[in-house]
Amino acid sequence: MEVRKEREAASLPPTTRLHLAAAFFLPPRLTPQRVRYDRRYRTLDKYRFITWFLSLPLLVYLLFVVSPFLQAFYYSMTDWSGFSSNYTFTGFENYERLWNDDKFWDAMGNSLVLLVLAPVITLSLGLFFAYMVNAGGRQRSNETVSGVFGSRFYKIVYFFPQVLSLAIIAVIFARIYSPRSGILNEGLGAVGLDSWRQEDWLGGDLALWCVLAVLCWSFVGFYVVLFSAAMSSIPREIYEASLLDGAGRTVTFFRITFPLTWETIRTGWIYMGIQALDAFALVNVMVPEHGMDVVPTYLFEKAFRDGQAGYATAIGVALFLVTLVFSVLMMLVGRRDRIEY
Amino acid sequence: MTSSPYLNRRTLIRRSAAAGLFTIPAVGALSSCASGGDDGDSVERQEATDSNPFGVSPDAELEVVIFDGGFGDQYALDAEEIYQGSYGSVDHTKTTEIRTRLQPRMVQGDPPDVINNSGADAMDIAALLRNDQVHDLTELLDAPSLDDPSVTVRDTLMPGVVEMGQFGSDPVYQFNYAYTVYGQWYSRTALERLEVEYPRTWDEMIAVCEKAKQEGIAGWTYPGVYPYYFNFTLYPFIGKIGGADVLRAIDNLEPNAWRHDAVRAAFEAYYELAARGYILQGSPGLTHEESQDEWNQGRALFIPNGSWVENESAQNTPEDFEMAVGPPTSLDSSDAMPFETIWASGSEPFFVPADAANVPGGLEFLRIMLGAESTRNFTELVSSLTCVRGAADGLTLPPGLTSASETLAAAGDNLLIPRMPDWYRQLNNEEIGGAIAAMMAGEIEPDEAITRCQRAADATAQDDSITKFQHI
Repeated sequence: MEVRKEREAASLPPTTRLHLAAAFFLPPRLTPQRVRYDRRYRTLDKYRFITWFLSLPLLVYLLFVVSPFLQAFYYSMTDWSGFSSNYTFTGFENYERLWNDDKFWDAMGNSLVLLVLAPVITLSLGLFFAYMVNAGGRQRSNETVSGVFGSRFYKIVYFFPQVLSLAIIAVIFARIYSPRSGILNEGLGAVGLDSWRQEDWLGGDLALWCVLAVLCWSFVGFYVVLFSAAMSSIPREIYEASLLDGAGRTVTFFRITFPLTWETIRTGWIYMGIQALDAFALVNVMVPEHGMDVVPTYLFEKAFRDGQAGYATAIGVALFLVTLVFSVLMMLVGRRDRIEY
Repeated sequence: MTSSPYLNRRTLIRRSAAAGLFTIPAVGALSSCASGGDDGDSVERQEATDSNPFGVSPDAELEVVIFDGGFGDQYALDAEEIYQGSYGSVDHTKTTEIRTRLQPRMVQGDPPDVINNSGADAMDIAALLRNDQVHDLTELLDAPSLDDPSVTVRDTLMPGVVEMGQFGSDPVYQFNYAYTVYGQWYSRTALERLEVEYPRTWDEMIAVCEKAKQEGIAGWTYPGVYPYYFNFTLYPFIGKIGGADVLRAIDNLEPNAWRHDAVRAAFEAYYELAARGYILQGSPGLTHEESQDEWNQGRALFIPNGSWVENESAQNTPEDFEMAVGPPTSLDSSDAMPFETIWASGSEPFFVPADAANVPGGLEFLRIMLGAESTRNFTELVSSLTCVRGAADGLTLPPGLTSASETLAAAGDNLLIPRMPDWYRQLNNEEIGGAIAAMMAGEIEPDEAITRCQRAADATAQDDSITKFQHI
């Protein structure tokens, strides 16, 4: 079929081809009569409509999203300081330096730990809470499945952290972790865990776990809401059927709820992974300058504190690649047949 | 897959992505680069006269950007008033975000005429120097001063101010308007209550701290979040023990500069404070405000700090606190420099961009700011010393500042000016700060702290991307 089409296209007389091309760029009312009655007109009209319809948003997208990306690739190969319009092209020097930069790899290591653990913890908690809120409750007489007692209230409470901006959450948690007046040390003391108290939560090796905890805390609510929406669209009949077959809560969750919300979970995973790769606001506000770095904060320091915008851009490109690989992996790994209901 | 006559979603996406790829080069050409061009329309210089040594054009506009931090901007407004009396109008901007606001203009080559490059969001001066974007202020220093034409501006300045504007060569690129005295800050009342004198040797320091400990008071506190506050007393301490050359070697990133005996002695002395439990519990995780509050509330005797602390902590300082600063305690009588030796130097940098439209106007504005009227006004408004000799004479100063100027007078020429903080900020704040933080938190011993400092200094010395400076 393809071959036939090609032959057909090749055999078109030049004038017809010209007409078709002209019609493509003209508004419909100016379409020449000849073309309008051509049998190919229907295809042309369809593509013309779509092309014109998409061209403006596509142009905006190219100008403000794609072009900065491409420029970034170029700037990552310069020694641009970020303060002047002078720079020289240095080829892959920045990448070579990146490869040998221990601090970058430390930051990357921290980012990867967050990338792996933050989605696992956040999504598991989110799923668990969403399940309890939607379908984990004791069976009531008039409903097949229902949430635990007070589930409507919980649904709202879980969402609270999402209302606060990350910067505010970071400031609040920096206070909580503060060694002398912070609620964490005080709390540990109050329950008799004095040996767990720390002189410095955020300056040393514990910082990564402190940041991870805040990251998970601040995003769980969002996923509870997201997964609740996904779970509520699962038809009740499926639950009914499984109940009749004698499935308990755990089995129901793993055999029904989890598979049927998989698409949402996968999307959530990618989104949470990207949030974890960022973590900029939290680390920048909470962790002191000599403490741990994640890739975005390291990038920020190089670009704006040390005046090495070229090198920072190379870090940005590395981060872009990691994000890309992560997203593609998640898309491939989680692929399954979609269940329509 | 079956081929359908209709365009499905997947093919649409695939094809529009392909179309997008082809359009990219065209758009790349359309969009302008992030690093723009240069437009240079500058004001011409007039004939220089005695009262107008830089030949400022009388009607040219001047644009001044002031960092709106602890010092506010009233002092600058007052100086601009004087400028406007003789020359054109002044366009005044105040901001806390110097870099965010001005970096794009530096890139475009259209900067303001005077920049008060200060605060956490200051521009990296070393990066600006790399591209010759800062005007050399030597002609300002050699110009007659505002109040006495027979004295040059240079001769009116406090020691260490010119040096602070030099970056490894003779030209002076920035100008530090305020003058900071660093040292061990304390409350006279607290020492009196303990019935102890200010410790002059380390043995005395240990004795004072021990006595305080018995009263349930910590000897020291510090902002562990910003551990480089320790450098305010540690650097001059090292300099006192081993002489100014030790600090020079450190600033010059010389091999094994950190392995000097003076460094080891200083580190061991500080570590003793931590090991004996004289440091306020929790200090490793405190911010500067929190540690100052603890100190104001009498939970610790000493804090390494600079003379801005009086203004910064004014709200929480008790009435009878009697804030004072002392030189860093000496190690013992064998020290190379006398007890009075301190670190004092200019702070609050100003510079005139090389691409500024009105460079002479910028220089003249700085000359006006260095006049007696402006400097006294500054000290009265923000209770900080200025970089001009004797500018605060006869003014009534708050206790901390009085103590700072007395300490400064006692030091005479025994001043140390470590350049690590402004030459190698990353090394000073992150690496050395981090090593000292770990040592003072008791995580590592002095030996390892020194090794970490030396390793970081070597790494900086070998890093081509960092501009190096040398003492001249």
